[in-house]
Amino acid sequence: MNKSDSSHAFTPELARSIYRKAYLINRTDQRFRAMLTNGELAVAYYPVRGQEVTAAAALSALQPEDYLVTTYRGLHDSLAKGIPSRLLWAEFAGKRTGTCKGKGGPMHITYPPTGVMVTTGIVGSGIPIANGLAMAAQIRGEHRVAVASFGDGASNIGAFHEALNMASVWKLPVVFLCQNNQYAEHTTLAAGTSVTSIAERAAGYEMPGVSCDGLDPEMMYQTMAAAVARARAGDGPTLVEAHTYRLQGHIFGADYSYIPKEELKAAEERASMMRLRQRISERQVTDSDLAQIEQEVDAEIEDAVAFALKSDPPDPDEIRFDIYETEQAA
Amino acid sequence: MSGKTISFGQALNAALDDAMADDGNVMILGEDVADEQGGGVFKVSKGLSSKYGTSRVRSTPISEQAILGAAVGAAIVGMRPVAEIMLMNFITVAMDQLVNHAAKLRFMSGGQTNVPLVVRTTTGAGVGFGGQHSDMLEAWFAHVPGLKIATASNPADAYGLLRSAIDDEDPVILIENITHYGMTGPAPEAGYRVPLGKAAIAREGRDVTLVTYGRGVSDSLKAASLLADEGIAAEVIDLRTIAPWDEQAVFASVAKTKRAVIVHEAVRPFGAGAEISARIHEELFSDLLAPVQRVASYPSPVPFAKPLETAFLYSVDDIVRAAHATTDKAINS
Repeated sequence: MNKSDSSHAFTPELARSIYRKAYLINRTDQRFRAMLTNGELAVAYYPVRGQEVTAAAALSALQPEDYLVTTYRGLHDSLAKGIPSRLLWAEFAGKRTGTCKGKGGPMHITYPPTGVMVTTGIVGSGIPIANGLAMAAQIRGEHRVAVASFGDGASNIGAFHEALNMASVWKLPVVFLCQNNQYAEHTTLAAGTSVTSIAERAAGYEMPGVSCDGLDPEMMYQTMAAAVARARAGDGPTLVEAHTYRLQGHIFGADYSYIPKEELKAAEERASMMRLRQRISERQVTDSDLAQIEQEVDAEIEDAVAFALKSDPPDPDEIRFDIYETEQAA
Repeated sequence: MSGKTISFGQALNAALDDAMADDGNVMILGEDVADEQGGGVFKVSKGLSSKYGTSRVRSTPISEQAILGAAVGAAIVGMRPVAEIMLMNFITVAMDQLVNHAAKLRFMSGGQTNVPLVVRTTTGAGVGFGGQHSDMLEAWFAHVPGLKIATASNPADAYGLLRSAIDDEDPVILIENITHYGMTGPAPEAGYRVPLGKAAIAREGRDVTLVTYGRGVSDSLKAASLLADEGIAAEVIDLRTIAPWDEQAVFASVAKTKRAVIVHEAVRPFGAGAEISARIHEELFSDLLAPVQRVASYPSPVPFAKPLETAFLYSVDDIVRAAHATTDKAINS
């Protein structure tokens, strides 16, 4: 990848936008975990703390009409792809005002207006589906790109391998974004994966495989932007491996003492919002700019939380709808 | 009907051809479906890639998860993919895409997306393909809310059901019987549709209702002829759609005959017949003159050797015997 490619320039405007997304993700995740802790909400949640920058920078390389398929650990991707906070929070809270009327929940966020087409709870399953989105764009001669976002653990399931092969054979406009957070549930990369770099797996499918520091906003953005540009130009898929980190357990509330303390501490430093703030402020973004972003985002989240809490849950009769096109008998 | 005769395979080919001509969103993907690879193992898509191009008629790698995943993805953005899974047993390696995604995305997205996908697949015992190429698995799919399952008993219905399946806004699995491709029958007019969820009365009768689908229809019609020789008038209901099935048509017939036999090629335990029988008992218990009977295949893997395969498959005689079991005591009393 050519870091100096001017078409993917890391402008101050872009730096601001990435910071906004990363801060929104960080504070949303934090607020959500706080509400789970104090019992205001009780749902299964797969935290994204540590992966904020990765999603914020990588998905900034997409246009709003580009497609995204993500996974149950997908809050960061959903927000980075522009889902309005109110709708996301209401869905997380199981309310009728949520993106999916409360029928999907955190694991199945969908919002076609910003290109979030599928969020799957089945590891690896979204990868073949992203191919289908890309295939539709290819058949129609559109210049849309599809992104499949998944973790390192998903690169060990059959769907990953079938999908990469097919995408390569058909030169589909798709980018496979592996957010390598080092843990597949509780199993380390070394214990469960035959390669040390997921990107190496691309070689088996005759496609470029690129690794980058997913905690470096500029590198993450430019790596992804190059892959997206390649797909959009009709040159085929890329496997992008973003080295990132999961700073929480697999699921909120679960023990994660299996993560060595020193490793966690080092990762906390690398993935900290302080460090991101420092990096962004080196990009002609002033402290007052950043403070204003933070203030706006904090207000946006409080508004969204209030909206979610005061919204009504779905009517029980709603169960009959959306199974098929026509409603099902009671 | 047009007055011409057409084979089952030709009817399916014509349905795909007409649907692709009518709608640029219709596309086909599956193993060997393009002409360079033979136009499908059973030739159902022959000529279509030459006519519509290999962008819309795509031969795939042997990768059922990737095939059905791609079909799901294309469907949620408005394409109308027809995925061919060569043999029904091969769906087992891609169940996730059908059960967790195709069936559920409409619901889980709160109706923001839907999956207008058709899966064509063939299967059936009797031709020596043995244990992994012959199973009838329709009950597995019928147990999943969000999926529709249909199967045709004649070429015209094959055309009409496939056209309706492609039109449908929800995922439809169309099961073809491997013994059916050479079957001929009256050709339908172009554009003919068989509505999903609607059964047909294949033969009228007043004494006993034979509820069936797919290959069971021709076997039940044979049994009905034998029964007619004994003075028993059997009514044959061709469900055509297995899920959601036409309860009203079945209940109306059984309310008239007061006796029912369900016939299917799939093995008996937990088969579609169990559900149909249960619903008949729930709705018409006091009308029935005999318990509902089921005719199905023996619960073993489909065997290879002919005597074993024959022992596995239900027979026309089994249908006659089951009808007798519902009528022997009642019909002349």
